[in-house]
Amino acid sequence: MSQLKAALTPARLLDESGRLVRGATAPDAETLLEGYRGLVFARRLNEQAGALVRQGRLAVYPSSRGQEACQVACASVLEEGDWLFPTYRDTAAIVARGVDPVEALTLLRGDWHCGYDPNEHKVAPQATPLATQLLHAVGVGHAARLKGENTVVMALCGDGATSEGDFHEACNFAAVFRVPVVFFVQNNKYAISVPLARQSVAPSLAAKAIGYGMPGIRVDGNDLPALEKVLGEAVARARAGEGPTLVEADTYRIDSHTNADDASRYRADDEVNDWLPRDPLLRVRTYLKAKGTLDDAREQEIADAAEEMAAAVRAGVGAETPVDPEEIFAHVYATPTPQLAEQRAVLRAELEEA
Amino acid sequence: MSTPKMTMAQAINAALRDAIAQDDSVVVFGEDVAQLGGVFRVTDGLHREFGESRVFDTPLAESGIVGMAVGMAMNGMRPVVEMQFDAFAYPAFEQIVSHVAKLGNRTRGKVRLPIVIRIPYAGGIGGVEHHCDSSEAYYAHTPGLTVVAPATNADAYGLLRAAIASPDPVVFLEPKKHYFAKEEVDVSVPVPPIGRAVVRRPGKDATLIAYGPSVPVALAAAAQAATEGRDLGVIDLRSIVPFDDETVCAEVRRTGRAVVVAEAPGFASVASEIAARVGERCFHHLEAPVRRVTGFDVPYPAPKLEHHFLPGVDRILDAVDTLQWEDAA
Repeated sequence: MSQLKAALTPARLLDESGRLVRGATAPDAETLLEGYRGLVFARRLNEQAGALVRQGRLAVYPSSRGQEACQVACASVLEEGDWLFPTYRDTAAIVARGVDPVEALTLLRGDWHCGYDPNEHKVAPQATPLATQLLHAVGVGHAARLKGENTVVMALCGDGATSEGDFHEACNFAAVFRVPVVFFVQNNKYAISVPLARQSVAPSLAAKAIGYGMPGIRVDGNDLPALEKVLGEAVARARAGEGPTLVEADTYRIDSHTNADDASRYRADDEVNDWLPRDPLLRVRTYLKAKGTLDDAREQEIADAAEEMAAAVRAGVGAETPVDPEEIFAHVYATPTPQLAEQRAVLRAELEEA
Repeated sequence: MSTPKMTMAQAINAALRDAIAQDDSVVVFGEDVAQLGGVFRVTDGLHREFGESRVFDTPLAESGIVGMAVGMAMNGMRPVVEMQFDAFAYPAFEQIVSHVAKLGNRTRGKVRLPIVIRIPYAGGIGGVEHHCDSSEAYYAHTPGLTVVAPATNADAYGLLRAAIASPDPVVFLEPKKHYFAKEEVDVSVPVPPIGRAVVRRPGKDATLIAYGPSVPVALAAAAQAATEGRDLGVIDLRSIVPFDDETVCAEVRRTGRAVVVAEAPGFASVASEIAARVGERCFHHLEAPVRRVTGFDVPYPAPKLEHHFLPGVDRILDAVDTLQWEDAA
């Protein structure tokens, strides 16, 4: 029964008003301050990327506004050799993991499908086909286990992706092979327009874990210290060889699916407004202010650093970087086929004529 | 010392055994491949010899098998996975098309996926529905995949060794009807490069172009034609992607006539691609249009009907007869 309780009742440390919940152990203040810095950066990145779409500098941006605590926590609980498997909505998590934000935005800027070297920061390319990346995460973890490496893999997806067959196959493979992977579902209540009720009538998404024979934990997705605790424990289990965990974050997508979407067609403003007081930044800020950890000077310093990051994103995304048309042939195979060599010559001749 | 005889299943088994023994990163997995040794016994004995960390059974989920292979390859391994039958590989199609084929390109070559997807392939075994598809066109149409189809047991050994060594993902199509036929296999010969066709039989009157299970049928047709005074050559493509334009065009330019033979339905097929390529590249050397002898555009027939569907010697020779020989006189 306690298994089901953990899968149903969201774990919490900080309530909406920024107070420690009854009986909770206070999080380490300096760690939480570092987390707050991450939240401010993630929020600023979401805002900046949205602005760059409106200016025509980015093709599109799936915002994680409202989900920043999830974005920060899933990166902060990992160690250097660990892997992160993000989706298209997880740009802020990728940046929190150490990838240059301009490289992370290359996909959405339209220069190439992935702008960073996955091996450098152990961050897989952002997956667009839903849930497919979860199986890759299982594979990385299984290979690590076979090789005797201590790697843990953090695999991200949303509530909609839990309906895909690959979600099921990934959970089942991971449980059967005791793979060191953490499945982290950001349940933001919508898959573009389709609400959670049309994805699943399970008691919770975390409850699905019980059927696979692994722990399923539900956590308040707007509560950074709770997320870091739950995800940190799941990572520790995985590293100790105890297998996978499914963690469901109860959160909300404040923005539309992307700038190309119009959320007013499928949800009421009241619903969004109900979630605004549950903002993940607000409660950490209130808590740290009350504790005296976050004074005005520190807050200003964090805001300035975030502004500096945003300026670098504007400059980097706005810079004119030429694309090389012939590169479309360069990476299809390790050694280009004779057919691709021929086609490349055709394109080159066209370019020289133009 | 005489060269040992092996079935194609044994030749593939030998290739897997030698690859696992020589390279710690090679792992073999799929459905029923461990204890049972595969439904065709291709992996027989490997689990016993190399253990659970190198050869293992998975849950029954083809997308899971291929998707997990992607991740294992990202983490430095060389997975060789088995799809139990051609038509049972389709649940893995998204993983193959969207990730296996594209991840190298997506990452500008920073991530390469040295994966081999072995698929028991094509018909002629009296299989019930979903056990005899010729699915090569789906894979050949997907940029980023290498597609190999051996026609001899020696090639099955050599090309599989080459496929496992390749930095790129390879779809390895194993003609099921060859699994249990014995031929001489010399495993000490150099591994053939992927992408080179071979002339199995030289001929001066016309060229039959075939791959996989159609090669012996084409050779039988050429032998029959020889008794009737016509000298047909046979090319075994060995790899569909990359395609060996050079060898194919050199032969067709020499003979001036070509027939493509393949089991798959002909519409929008590999055979159609070959006919188009040969037409474009050899037009001025051709005495007649390039003909295709393929399966009909129907779902693979039931066992009692499959011989009506499969290209046979008579159908090939009928096509050869239409190659405007009267103009040559």
